Amino acid sequence: MAKAASLKVSVWRGGADGALARFEVPAHDNQTVLDVVTHIQRELDPSLAYRFACRVGMCGSCAMTVNGRARWTCRTHVRKVVGPDGALELHPLSNLPLIRDLAADLTPFFEKWRRARGQFEPKDAPDGAVPGEFAVVPPASEARREADAGIECIGCGVCYASCDVVAWNPEYLGPAALNRAWTLVNDVRDGARGERLDAVAGDAGCHSCHSTQSCTERCPKNLDPSAAIAGLKRRLFWDTLTGRR
Amino acid sequence: MSGASDRRRAPPQAGAAGADRPRAARSQTHLWVAQRVTAMVLAVAVAVHLVTIILAVRGGLSAGEILGRTRGSEAWLAFYCLFALAAGLHGAIGLRAIAAETLGLRGRGADLAWLAIGLLTAAFGIRAAIGLYA
Repeated sequence: MAKAASLKVSVWRGGADGALARFEVPAHDNQTVLDVVTHIQRELDPSLAYRFACRVGMCGSCAMTVNGRARWTCRTHVRKVVGPDGALELHPLSNLPLIRDLAADLTPFFEKWRRARGQFEPKDAPDGAVPGEFAVVPPASEARREADAGIECIGCGVCYASCDVVAWNPEYLGPAALNRAWTLVNDVRDGARGERLDAVAGDAGCHSCHSTQSCTERCPKNLDPSAAIAGLKRRLFWDTLTGRR
Repeated sequence: MSGASDRRRAPPQAGAAGADRPRAARSQTHLWVAQRVTAMVLAVAVAVHLVTIILAVRGGLSAGEILGRTRGSEAWLAFYCLFALAAGLHGAIGLRAIAAETLGLRGRGADLAWLAIGLLTAAFGIRAAIGLYA
């Protein structure tokens, strides 16, 4: 791609009724979208609000909408997403309330993790005590492999912002919370399997998923929340048919 | 793209209305399971239906020929009753999901209405099947 000398960056400013502001940022060979946003704040407009912490793809706080698509900005090279004329358009994450500029409020996202019972509840020590024995969990067992497939989620909200069902149904728990629930349903040390399956069932839960797989397509960690949701549906289907719930 | 219009407010916290959630979620799950099971029935029933159509139209299609096959046949009666029940329920539950997502039509009242619509549709089909049998 022909390299433009400078990037023409449109950035969302203000709240929900805000507008795009245009900035010109020097283009470099190696430059992430987060570098561009940081340049704008440090050199051009210190009032720009955005969120980041680790800059290396671990913390999950810098996700934004880049040229119409939710991405982690710290690991997104400008040259992979920029238009031929050097155009970049940055919005905050979709499907979330807006605080200001590029900072979305992730409260509903994490509240839904809680509603999906996304916290580990030890079977052997419900009061939080350390169990006397170590749990033996064969890494190659099927349940452990299912759990391992989903545990690297960093909670960036990219899947949630990319999900059509969240846009249609604000109550829907969303891909990340359901993926988390599926890892715990497969954790043999966890004691809240039944309550968790109750929490993720129905129209606000896994049964609303259309399996269009935007979450899987866009997950920066290459996780597969779609498969996790399908797993929850399968488990609830057989549990319901056989009268276990 | 994502402008001001699609920003969402935080969903309401689970409060007094949230107490009914497990029960509501369970009946929603039952509707979902019913749709999956009826889909499995329809997969077989539609195939039988299409093959029957193709065989029936060979050598001309007449009311007499259809009645000759179905009248007094418990097997065909049972097949068409099951077929009609599966089609009625499957369609209504599918429309329920579309209405919820596009029109925001949700809730227990709506669910009961969709169930009634499904059973009514099935009843029309079953009435027709009985007409072919008797």
